[in-house]
Amino acid sequence: MADGGDGVTGDVAVLGVGMHPWGKWGRRFVEYGVVAARAALTDAGIDWRDVDSIVGADTVRGGYPGYVAGATFAKALGWQGARVASVYAACASGAQALGTARAQILSGLAEVVLVVGADAAPKGFFRPVGGDRPDDPDWLRFRVLGATNPTYFGLYARRRMALYGDTPEDFAQVKVKNAALGALNPNARYRKRVTAEEVAASAVVADPLRLLDICATSDGGAAVVLAGMDFARRHGACEPVRIRAVSTVTPRYPNTVLDLPDIATDSAVAVEPAAGTFRSSIAQAAYEEAGIGPEDLSFAEVYDLSTALELQWYEDLGLCGEGEAAKLLCEGATALGGRIPVNVSGGLASFGEAVPAQAIAQVCELTWQLRGGAGDRQVAEARVGITANQGLFGHGSSVVAVR
Amino acid sequence: MSRTRTPVVARWFTGEGNDFRLLATRCSACTSVFFPREDAFCRNPGCTGGELAEVPLSPRGRVWSYTDSRYRPPSPYVTDPELSWKPYALIAVELESERLVVLGQAAPGITVADLTVGMEVEVVPGVLHEDTETTWTTWHWRPTGVTA
Repeated sequence: MADGGDGVTGDVAVLGVGMHPWGKWGRRFVEYGVVAARAALTDAGIDWRDVDSIVGADTVRGGYPGYVAGATFAKALGWQGARVASVYAACASGAQALGTARAQILSGLAEVVLVVGADAAPKGFFRPVGGDRPDDPDWLRFRVLGATNPTYFGLYARRRMALYGDTPEDFAQVKVKNAALGALNPNARYRKRVTAEEVAASAVVADPLRLLDICATSDGGAAVVLAGMDFARRHGACEPVRIRAVSTVTPRYPNTVLDLPDIATDSAVAVEPAAGTFRSSIAQAAYEEAGIGPEDLSFAEVYDLSTALELQWYEDLGLCGEGEAAKLLCEGATALGGRIPVNVSGGLASFGEAVPAQAIAQVCELTWQLRGGAGDRQVAEARVGITANQGLFGHGSSVVAVR
Repeated sequence: MSRTRTPVVARWFTGEGNDFRLLATRCSACTSVFFPREDAFCRNPGCTGGELAEVPLSPRGRVWSYTDSRYRPPSPYVTDPELSWKPYALIAVELESERLVVLGQAAPGITVADLTVGMEVEVVPGVLHEDTETTWTTWHWRPTGVTA
């Protein structure tokens, strides 16, 4: 079915993808974005001056250049008059940028769009930008509770242990799997295999999670060149990887999962919650838009901010039933060569998070896999891939790509 | 000089001792409860909007989940860099009648080893930190039956 119809909204072609390797390089985010953009343009065989529109995924860590990332990258690549947009949706910024680019193409406003995201991350915990802001939930959770991102990951992990019987050893196996895959990926920051013993020996950060259960924060950049299908054919790309869905949904009231950066959930006292959680609705919207279901997937790239969260995504994507994720992992189904490989890129476990670049990097991996060009980490017969991610403040992010 | 006791956030909690309560607001039209309080608008998309009146939250609930903070959180969390870091537990508590989950720090001395999911806890007054002039107050969750 991946070969045939155009889904609900019509496809756009992925003409090119590119990345700047993840790491701690100590340079400005703009430099990573330019490297990634040039790599994607080269991969696409497109001259930057022929790009109609550029969409930047913002970073809050670069001052004004970060808030106007689209213009920042356009200027760095050399002003050429393209339409510009900059979007911010925390960890989901990359998906918003892809969604914006796709909407421009499908509506006929642009034929070729460059999407770029890059970040230069500080050392240690992510923290809110400075100043006293008692109206800002992100500021409040640090001021009142000292609730860092890993403490939320710890809450989710403990909840899984209580509800489903997951164990810290199960969580460690996610890291073992992803580290082995990241070792095969030249763009990953961490390229060393990790053992379950090494995970267990690492320091507890937020009980029950240890340092090696939690993703780092990284520098990195990723870019994608999207085009209309007609343009792609004229350009000589007869069977390009196609984006068939971009889900950027918000939660439904009442949201009953304690999401970052909230101090409390919505109350379900007046309105009965929807059947699925917000995270499951992110994937559901992507499936519906693409006209596929989880059974059609060849592989998935999910946001493993922690090892336990990767397991949560298995269930939210419908790869298995509720509470069955650890079993799916232990059976090897989500390893390379398994029934539904997850995070063959190595995931955030191997990359660390470069916030505005990460959802774009997920689509880079989808593209390499669907082209059959992923080398040692290639998923056999990859035809349909999905990404999944959730940004702070209620941002869904899921992309379906096919070939 | 005695310090002034000031809530870390105004109007989120009230009372002393056994009368200590978290403060929410409730929509007069649809009965939705909001914590942290919404004073300007009801966030139920199916509600045309009513008056938002202050209501105390139930003092007791059950542990939805818990964790701790083994490393010193960054600013704006206030800590004394001269002192070694003492981890504290965080508890997410499900309130049955309001059908919501509220996060809070555990009372001093409570560690993750003392907690289980489903355990009953109660809200108690607590101190977040002190500076020369002010004792900044907050709420803590504490297993019921435990006294400070």
